[in-house]
Amino acid sequence: MRHVSHLTKLTWVEIKIFLREPMGAIGTVLIPVILFIVLARFFRGETRAPRFVSVDLPIFVVIFIVIGAVLSLTTIIAIYRESGILKRLKATPLSPLVILSTHVVVKLALTSVTLALMAVAGRRFYAGSPPPAPLSFFLGVILVSVSLLSMGFILASVVRTARFAQPIGSILLYSLVSISGLFFPVRDLPQGWQVVALASPITHGVDLLRGLWTGDGWASHWIAVLVLLANLAICSAISKRVFRWE
Amino acid sequence: MTSVILVSNLKKSYGSLTAVDDVSFSVEEGEIFGLIGPNGAGKTTTMECVEGVRTPDAGSIQVLGRDPGTRSIHLQNRIGVQLQEAQLQKRIKVWEAVDLWTTLFPKTVDGEKLLEELGLAEKRNTRFMNLSGGQKQRLFIALALINDPELVFLDELTTGLDPQARRTIWEMVLRIKERGKTVFLTTHLMEESERLCDRVAVIEHGRLIELGTADELIARHCPERTVFLSAADVSAEVFSGIPGVAKAEIKDGVLHLVGVGAGFVSSVIECIAEHRIRVTDFQTEMPNLEDVFLKLTGHSIRD
Ligand SMILES: Nc1ncnc2c1ncn2[C@@H]1O[C@H](COP(=O)(O)OP(=O)(O)OP(=O)(O)O)[C@@H](O)[C@H]1O
Ligand SMILES: [Mg+2]
Repeated sequence: MRHVSHLTKLTWVEIKIFLREPMGAIGTVLIPVILFIVLARFFRGETRAPRFVSVDLPIFVVIFIVIGAVLSLTTIIAIYRESGILKRLKATPLSPLVILSTHVVVKLALTSVTLALMAVAGRRFYAGSPPPAPLSFFLGVILVSVSLLSMGFILASVVRTARFAQPIGSILLYSLVSISGLFFPVRDLPQGWQVVALASPITHGVDLLRGLWTGDGWASHWIAVLVLLANLAICSAISKRVFRWE
Repeated sequence: MTSVILVSNLKKSYGSLTAVDDVSFSVEEGEIFGLIGPNGAGKTTTMECVEGVRTPDAGSIQVLGRDPGTRSIHLQNRIGVQLQEAQLQKRIKVWEAVDLWTTLFPKTVDGEKLLEELGLAEKRNTRFMNLSGGQKQRLFIALALINDPELVFLDELTTGLDPQARRTIWEMVLRIKERGKTVFLTTHLMEESERLCDRVAVIEHGRLIELGTADELIARHCPERTVFLSAADVSAEVFSGIPGVAKAEIKDGVLHLVGVGAGFVSSVIECIAEHRIRVTDFQTEMPNLEDVFLKLTGHSIRD
């Protein structure tokens, strides 16, 4: 219970701090929405929207927002570590997982705002495109976000400086996205890469979100759900052990 | 007396540099204990190992009966920590920091009152990055005291403060002690340690070279007292017989008497009375911790 009240308070403080940041709200909420509208407009002329626009564009957007969140989590924690904020927090009863989760919750809150805005904006461009079960899709977004962010936990726990956090995180995550099945089917990959792709939670995240968007039930994607949950549990446990305060 | 902190054979290296080497000491309940030494002596390293913020390479530490290395919640609720070089989120406001810290601990004091006591009341809406160095320092002291700790760690608590603020903080520290709390502080200001500390430990190059009350250290290393005497017709011979006198000589018409022992000065006064010397000026010079430090290390603490 202690952790819950710590999390609530720290989250509220961090949201306020974030909104005071120049470009804070603009960079994370406004720019993705504008990008989305521009892309949607670009494909609007087609009579039958290609599969990429009708199904994969929203998923593409979700995945990129989540990865953006992972990278910014890694960077924020690295900055906090470098400047000694984490060291000061170490001498308090705050748990490292609470600190990491706070930034996740902050990012998720902003992601939700972004997604809601996109849904409103998207209505004008996609005729009949919203998913049949929006709530189910939204829950899927939460699961995928939390699971992928937990990979960011490990990265954030060990990367020493902000300067390394961003490039290391980008290389790792964008390579996994490129083989996640979002751009071409996993079975078209060379044998070895298929193994990597199937072990990557991003691949399973794409699979789950794609299914939920087109109206599948959760049960038909149980492997993806299992992988994402396992990934969350393992990554959280590891990051708690390897978390570096300074 | 019970020991609040017990450190034995503490050792900590950074690569090939041994920052703390085989340090042992204890801090007793209700005292103000000071770790004094020049820059880079290993004060912060020692203190942060005791706080549980750093992990020692060897040795054992007990704080309030527990091992600080485990980040025990019970321990963290009972101690208050001010780090030498700490930062907060750049855009957090003063009151938000205090409010956040209040949430982190089960038992706390009134944060607003604390800010007032520390002269930060009118800065409560200021962002951390816009505070002056001294104001940041005072905020960190407030955060160290928010949970009404039994044991307070203060690392260079008055660095960056002006003399007036320094005095205010000293009074606060003495008040903490009056309330029965224990204070463990580091400083390289001799005046600070003489004003505040019940006992001091002198640390240099990572080694603890002396430990005791200021009076004990002075008696042990600098027992000499000097009396400067100006009189109408003064002669050194009269004083050469008094107990403890080590040196009696006249420089520029002033008699310099150097002697050892607590009774030396009164012996000089008795001698003056006995010989009915008409004194025009009388001054004594007592050695202080600064002199002890010089004697122990061969250099001043500021070099
Ligand atoms: N994180 C670190 N990494 C490497 N070396 C360190 C680190 N922290 C301290 N040192 C080194 O260890 C030695 C002791 O440092 P420490 O900070 O404990 O000294 P100090 O007595 O607190 O000095 P000051 O009065 O300047 O605060 C110094 O030589 C310092 O350079
Ligand atoms: Mg120091």
